[in-house]
Amino acid sequence: MKRLLFASLLFLAILLLWQSVVSIGVWSPVLLPSPESVLRYLYTSITDGTLLEASLVTMRRLLLGYCIGLVLGLPLGLLTARFEICEDTIGVIALGLQTLPSVCWIPLALLWFGQTENAMLFVVIMGSVWSMAIATDNGVRHVPPIYLRAARTMGSRGLHTWFAVVLPASLPFLVTGMKQSWAFAWRSLMAAEIYVTVLTGFGLGQLLHFGRELNSMEQVIGVMIVIVLIGLSTDKILFSPWEQFLHHRWGTAKTG
Amino acid sequence: MMNFWAEHFRRSHPEDPSLSLQETSERCRSDDTVHAKLVVENVSKVFVTKRGNTEALVGISLVVQPAEFVCLVGRSGSGKSTLLNLIAGLEKPGQGRVLADGKPVTGPGADRMMMFQEPALFPWLDVIGNVLFGLKLKSGLTRTERREVAEFYLRSVGLEKFVHSNIHELSGGMKQRVALARALAPNPKVLLMDEPFAALDALTREQFYDDIQRIWREYKKTIVLVTHNVREAACLGERVLVFSKHPGRIAHEFIVGLQRPRDINSVAVANYATVITRALKGALDPELRGKPLGADEVAALTA
Repeated sequence: MKRLLFASLLFLAILLLWQSVVSIGVWSPVLLPSPESVLRYLYTSITDGTLLEASLVTMRRLLLGYCIGLVLGLPLGLLTARFEICEDTIGVIALGLQTLPSVCWIPLALLWFGQTENAMLFVVIMGSVWSMAIATDNGVRHVPPIYLRAARTMGSRGLHTWFAVVLPASLPFLVTGMKQSWAFAWRSLMAAEIYVTVLTGFGLGQLLHFGRELNSMEQVIGVMIVIVLIGLSTDKILFSPWEQFLHHRWGTAKTG
Repeated sequence: MMNFWAEHFRRSHPEDPSLSLQETSERCRSDDTVHAKLVVENVSKVFVTKRGNTEALVGISLVVQPAEFVCLVGRSGSGKSTLLNLIAGLEKPGQGRVLADGKPVTGPGADRMMMFQEPALFPWLDVIGNVLFGLKLKSGLTRTERREVAEFYLRSVGLEKFVHSNIHELSGGMKQRVALARALAPNPKVLLMDEPFAALDALTREQFYDDIQRIWREYKKTIVLVTHNVREAACLGERVLVFSKHPGRIAHEFIVGLQRPRDINSVAVANYATVITRALKGALDPELRGKPLGADEVAALTA
């Protein structure tokens, strides 16, 4: 309760500061809109449905791309951890491409897929797949060898060892990798949406982009707030069950 | 396949005359290799490293009878753990062969369960989940049977109140108890223990000595225990084998004929421990090498 009160006070203070800077009129309202105009934009865009629709378009692209990224990244990581030849090839590529900011994929995606949903999907997948692969690889390498010896003496071998020991043992790393992957996917998609207009659906990034084109700063800030809120809540919804489980079973530090 | 519960019942009723061959062969001569549980035949093992080859074991032979309790003592690096790994099937001998029940050991098997110095429990499973791990790999058991067996052994090690606890909530001694239950659950004939008490505090360890003697007697397991604690070896083992270092060989053999349950703090155990320690230091008469040393020799040497 005390913490909640403190947090609310802080947010109130920020709002007041914002409002007072606007009232003094240091910057033109075109550059810094008032909190009230942002709220008004949020209200109208929620009631006319544009914001909801844009959020749905964005979330659909994000979830689809992210899931494909995970499904591809996990086995890639297992391969690189298991086989030296994969480590020397896929592993190096993964490490290299992970350092490549995913915005850099957009020109290529546009050439390959045109202004389509597939271009969006491609960028999101490229944004998420490598960090998941690297996290998986890392997790598998950190499985204590004694677990494998214990499992072997109990008669576990081959695929059973992989599914019943190696994967669950690397779960803390996998969850971290999933979170990082999610963050990368989210950033890639925003970049792609701001950069590319796809006529089949306008996402939050496009809304942001139009706001700038129309000099409507309250729209820009309003959409930014929505992006932050979605990011925060998905993090809680998607990952806190995993983290709760890790905390419960492993006794890892409590988060959130 | 023999019914699991019938097997359990027989094991918990040792006075039953219908008991298997195991019971009668217990008092067989220790060089009887026909009914032996484990036979190690002239085994050598060399580890190839960058700094050169290390002879971990040279020409080791050892016969362990059913329901025998054998302790291997030696300094670190004397190859005793290597021998245990060879019996477990985790490693392969360079020369010679290892037989379990007369059949060559080609890999780990459910008839030989191993306990390590670390509990090596899986943190993503709760206590009973860990005990069930090995049981799930054993065919012919239904879900309920598996649970009953797991609960049975958790009771047997005194952890019936912690069935659904998480591993990180347990103390070191309790974790090792779960590891013991996990090793017992698939009902192996042989338990291989690699310094399982080394990381425990003294009081917990002494409690374990009582429990392990009880479990050995109750379930008629063949136990091979590696330790560098001489007193522990004298307290637990029917036979204590002393390893020498560089290369790893069996230097001395002791027959500990003391009554059970033995107390680690008793004078009789201490006397054995004194002589075994001398053997470890290489201070015993070389003529005593290879001869089984019993109560008389120990009494003479401590006099």
